[in-house]
Amino acid sequence: MNQLQNFTKGFIRENPILVLVLGACPTLATTTSAINGLGMGIATTFVLICSNVVISLLSNLIPDKVRIPAFIVVIASFVTIVDLVMQAYVPDLYQTLGIFIPLIVVNCIVLGRAEAFASKNSVLSSFIDGAGMGLGFTLALGLLGAFREIAGSGAILGYKFIKGDGILVFVLAPGAFIALGYMIALVSKIRKTSK
Amino acid sequence: MEYILIIISAIFINNVVLAQFLGVCPFLGVSNKVNTAVGMTGAVTFVMVLATVVTYLIQVYVLQKLGIAFMQTITYILVIASLVQMVEIILKKISQPLYQALGIFLPLITTNCAVLGVAILVIKKNFSLAGSVVYSAATAIGFGLALLLLAGIREQLELMDVPRGMKGVPVSLVVAGILALAFMGFTGIVK
Repeated sequence: MNQLQNFTKGFIRENPILVLVLGACPTLATTTSAINGLGMGIATTFVLICSNVVISLLSNLIPDKVRIPAFIVVIASFVTIVDLVMQAYVPDLYQTLGIFIPLIVVNCIVLGRAEAFASKNSVLSSFIDGAGMGLGFTLALGLLGAFREIAGSGAILGYKFIKGDGILVFVLAPGAFIALGYMIALVSKIRKTSK
Repeated sequence: MEYILIIISAIFINNVVLAQFLGVCPFLGVSNKVNTAVGMTGAVTFVMVLATVVTYLIQVYVLQKLGIAFMQTITYILVIASLVQMVEIILKKISQPLYQALGIFLPLITTNCAVLGVAILVIKKNFSLAGSVVYSAATAIGFGLALLLLAGIREQLELMDVPRGMKGVPVSLVVAGILALAFMGFTGIVK
């Protein structure tokens, strides 16, 4: 496969959230603002790239029968690294994202890419696949976060542009479900018309 | 009294799916039919309580004792994954009907973030062992309640004339949003 195609497929065509609907939990929970969404996206991207590269390097050494537990150990190690690094350098963001940082380990996207792509492809393609998928994930999280921040509190990236409150429900839990639902519907509409 | 508060809060106020966003994947994945939703709830309850007890004991008697609490994520996910495997094997041997009812859901549970999430949360919230058991059981019931509600609504939605682009996941998410809105009405029952 063309490497450029490999990189860009995660943006729209195989976007992990908006098309494949994988990893919905962190998507809903962390997109209360654009910054939180982007932070979560970048943390996941890092884990995705590193685990993809390592798993593709090790894929010949890991016996087929125990591959899933082995993948999980690799992923969990990188999640622990991210967890400790974020705790040390961005404590505020770490507090906000809370439990969803260790939960990257059970994010279906990461294990899904390891199993479906990294274990069968070269190191370079796995790296590009991880980066593309991670960026697609980050993009979707950033967009959803920006929308919820604008609608819910009348601000973008922390700068308020209206007085008073926005439509508060978009910052709260119900707004997350509803906004993501319409976003997925919109993307499937765009994909159909662009074909 | 303390346990009653934990139960009400975990089922209604901080519902695991609708307020804390844990376990959304199975929530959307197996809520097509009421029957499968019941099976999934059974399997999740079983594994969640068991996993919470085992990881709690490991945390207190191994990780904290040795001062390697940073190994939490790796240890927990391995324990949960092997626990699920073990439960599957044991169920297959001792109770065929139960295995047939829960069997297909068990492998799915390893990647259910609600199980790992609850195991980590009880440590963060400093619950006692008994409190952890109560909390995990109540959380599982809350998960089941949300799943059953959504499954019931989705069975009706099949018969409705939903706009084409909204069919499937989008409309389920919007329905879940409205459910979450309804559950927000419970806020304030327990101070």
